[in-house]
Amino acid sequence: MKKKTDVICRAVDIEKTYWLGKVAVEALRGVSLDIERNDYISIMGPSGSGKSTLVHILSCLDTPTSGKYYLENTLVSKYSDEELAKVRNKFFGFIFQSFSLLPRLSALDNVALPLIYRNVSKHERIAKAKEIIDNVGLADRMHHRPNELSGGECQRVAIARALVNDPKVIYADEPTGNLDSKTGAEIMEIFDRLVDEGNTVVMVTHDMNVAAHARRTVKLADGRIIND
Amino acid sequence: MTDIVSKLTLSFQTFRSHRLRSFLTMLGIIIGVTTVIAILSLIEGLNRTVAEQVQSIGSDLIFLQKFSWVQTGHRDLDKLAGRPDLLPDDAEAITKLSSVEIAIPQISRQLQKLKYKNNEVSNSSIAGSDENYSSVNNYAVESGRDFSRDDILHRRAVGIIGSYIATNLFPDETAVGKDLHLNGHRVKIIGVFKEKGTFFGNSLDDYILIPYTVFEKFFPRPRGSLWSRVYGGYSISIKAKDGMKIEETIDQVRELMRRRHGLGFDEDDDFELNTQQILMDLYQSITNVGFIAIIAIAAISLVVGGIGIMNIMLVSVAERTREIGIRKAVGASNNNILAQFLIESIVLALVGGLIGIVFGMLLAWLISAVSPLKASVSFWMILLGFGFSASVGIFFGIYPARRAASLNPIEALRYE
Ligand SMILES: Nc1ncnc2c1ncn2[C@@H]1O[C@H](COP(=O)(O)OP(=O)(O)OP(=O)(O)O)[C@@H](O)[C@H]1O
Ligand SMILES: [Mg+2]
Repeated sequence: MKKKTDVICRAVDIEKTYWLGKVAVEALRGVSLDIERNDYISIMGPSGSGKSTLVHILSCLDTPTSGKYYLENTLVSKYSDEELAKVRNKFFGFIFQSFSLLPRLSALDNVALPLIYRNVSKHERIAKAKEIIDNVGLADRMHHRPNELSGGECQRVAIARALVNDPKVIYADEPTGNLDSKTGAEIMEIFDRLVDEGNTVVMVTHDMNVAAHARRTVKLADGRIIND
Repeated sequence: MTDIVSKLTLSFQTFRSHRLRSFLTMLGIIIGVTTVIAILSLIEGLNRTVAEQVQSIGSDLIFLQKFSWVQTGHRDLDKLAGRPDLLPDDAEAITKLSSVEIAIPQISRQLQKLKYKNNEVSNSSIAGSDENYSSVNNYAVESGRDFSRDDILHRRAVGIIGSYIATNLFPDETAVGKDLHLNGHRVKIIGVFKEKGTFFGNSLDDYILIPYTVFEKFFPRPRGSLWSRVYGGYSISIKAKDGMKIEETIDQVRELMRRRHGLGFDEDDDFELNTQQILMDLYQSITNVGFIAIIAIAAISLVVGGIGIMNIMLVSVAERTREIGIRKAVGASNNNILAQFLIESIVLALVGGLIGIVFGMLLAWLISAVSPLKASVSFWMILLGFGFSASVGIFFGIYPARRAASLNPIEALRYE
């Protein structure tokens, strides 16, 4: 076991069962996983193996059917919706396959969005969002709306949004899935840089080349970890 | 604070991006608030006019008559005509009551025409009373003099005319001192009343007053006609003593009159005691119907407008499922989402209410401009309009907002 202080997230024996009518779909069947500070993890596995489900639980978007999940030694798997919303806002950043930006907001406002739910003043929100959006190389695009941006640019806005609240872990579910390989490579460069700067990244991918960027690869099959 | 501002701007953004749809949604509320504001301000205007007019009668006056000012059901003229006439003697007896300041007999008749040289006025009336007439009615003689006790006792053919008659019959000379011919009798003008204005559109200055003793001589009462037997006789105007409860005066007068008419315990009054209060009561009962109508309109438009808002908010929640998922993923709590959608529906309803208030005021203003009705918009109506639409926004917005708030973030994110 590693030193306790280095472990940010600890999942113990996580199970997740979906009920489709009377049919149980066991998406996760006992997954245990530690995420340490500055980890760079890729989660791989065939379609339907439970990768997204795992990431949802790790990022507190969902709660496990059974098992325990600790965040910095605090048990959060039994938290209420309201508490989980706070946890997400405070601890995590998200990047999804489809870029998931709000279409009516500018790139800048999209980036600033998580800060609204932290009651940060408008002035500070904008200042912080500008700084981050500059960091992902989109300073000249910040007033554009998502439909005026390319897929790669949208994904960089999404990364900026994931970073704006200084998250402890950044989760990405197939972040390059909708991008061509060149743009995908650009995105991966950003991830690499983020990890170099001391961030913790967990990403789901199907692409061996993308997974090769990570320092640690977790392989899932049928809701179980088969290789870590 | 910044929080509220950003939430409001957010809801105005959605509002702007669906202008037509939002407007159609608000239509129910707009129509409802418009009607309510317009009708309320008209009723309020009417209230003021009526109150002013009715109060001009004087709250300390009681009118002893054969008939009631307000009649419930069919008016049985035969029965009323059979009642004993009220007489100047009654006035004298009533004056002696402890709660009565003074009581006077009053009688009047319509005149065909009044002529002086080349000038004439038609449809004036002639009234008979005594020297206390102006003080009981709070009228003042502007030029010339008032009646004296002697004028009454000695049956002097003298008259005081209203200002309308004075200006129309004597446009460029003084009226006092001139003679008028009434029914072939000569009456000398000794005074002119100060202008009194109108009572529900009828001029109060279009009559001539003579001593009742003279009236009896010059205008003997035509017998036989039912109408004249009910309405043609004396009525007694009674002024209650200052600081006296009017009900007390009424009781005393009633008791006295029952005695004078020799009524037994089991017999009904054969006279009526009219006051301004019964006119106000009548008016209130009429406007109560108006208020019930408003409440009905308000309720219907509330439901229609509210359902419109609920409908559009449900559509909006469905359309923005993904947005809700994203917001929740980055940390919006259920309450944040609830507030966002609730504020949106309240803003929608309030904007509708605002438009309705403006339209309602315009409508009221328009109606008072083209009709004799006077509208008066008061602050509480505007508050009511806002309160009304805000509650519609809350009541009908809460269900869609809760639905939005309870969406599962993962499912919302998966939604395309
Ligand atoms: N909301 C749900 N209701 C029912 N079953 C679900 C639900 N979400 C996921 N599942 C099932 O759980 C299993 C795991 O799904 P999950 O999305 O985690 O797979 P995945 O590894 O991410 O697949 P992919 O590579 O296609 O994204 C699948 O069998 C899926 O059908
Ligand atoms: Mg998946």
